[in-house]
Amino acid sequence: MKDISSAIQLIPLENYVFLSVALFSIGMMGVLFRRNTIAILMCLELMFNSVNLLLTAFSAYHSDPAGQVFVFFIMIVAAAEVAVGLSIIVMMKRNVDSVDINLLNRLKW
Amino acid sequence: MVFLFYMLSAIMIICALLVVFSKNPINNVIYLILCFLAMAGHYILLNAQFLAVVHVIVYTGAIMVLFLFVIMLLNLNKAIILRKSTVTRVSAVITGGIFFLVLLAATRQTFEIHAKYPFASDFGLVSGIGKVLFNEFLLPFEMSSILFISAMVGAMMFGKKDV
Repeated sequence: MKDISSAIQLIPLENYVFLSVALFSIGMMGVLFRRNTIAILMCLELMFNSVNLLLTAFSAYHSDPAGQVFVFFIMIVAAAEVAVGLSIIVMMKRNVDSVDINLLNRLKW
Repeated sequence: MVFLFYMLSAIMIICALLVVFSKNPINNVIYLILCFLAMAGHYILLNAQFLAVVHVIVYTGAIMVLFLFVIMLLNLNKAIILRKSTVTRVSAVITGGIFFLVLLAATRQTFEIHAKYPFASDFGLVSGIGKVLFNEFLLPFEMSSILFISAMVGAMMFGKKDV
């Protein structure tokens, strides 16, 4: 375990911050870019996971296990969210026979 | 180690871009699975083995299979022509790029603060996480079962034909 720690020390924490920022931006771009609701849900998962990665990196570099427990709870919430979101998509397909997000704009007015 | 980090990061970013830009929903799911597997590699690099295993089991094993199941159930596996207008798509890319630059500029200012923390992690295995999870975080852990029950009831409510 000591050898692993000394080997990983070569990677600075900044790299993980950059990677998470890039992934979060790609996920946000995908939410704005796509019209397919399932693809939007997938981009949402991408944003979730970039936050998870950043939390794990900070937890490992500050040697505080509470961060990794928090990532575990985020995974629990993500699983529940995906179950509800996919059932909403199934209901949408049944009611309007499409997964186009532009058809669900009646809450705007 | 540094080479491994850059390789995993490149795989993740390329797969994430392909998730956004490829048209077929099945291809989207496959690229997202690849991205999540690379992220499990990152967790192992960060000495968080428990999270890596949970990530592979929950995300690639359960959530992405659920996505695939819904895509096949709704018969969406052909590339449907659902595209926003060109103006919207270009502005989405510009917005994402500007957001990336702003976050990058904001985080670059803080590196003097957290540069003094070296990597010190020896709690990533099941025993280390479990001790914390079942001591200080026992109540939230039990509360998550209530969350799951409510999510299950909600999904069944949405799934019913006539509510």
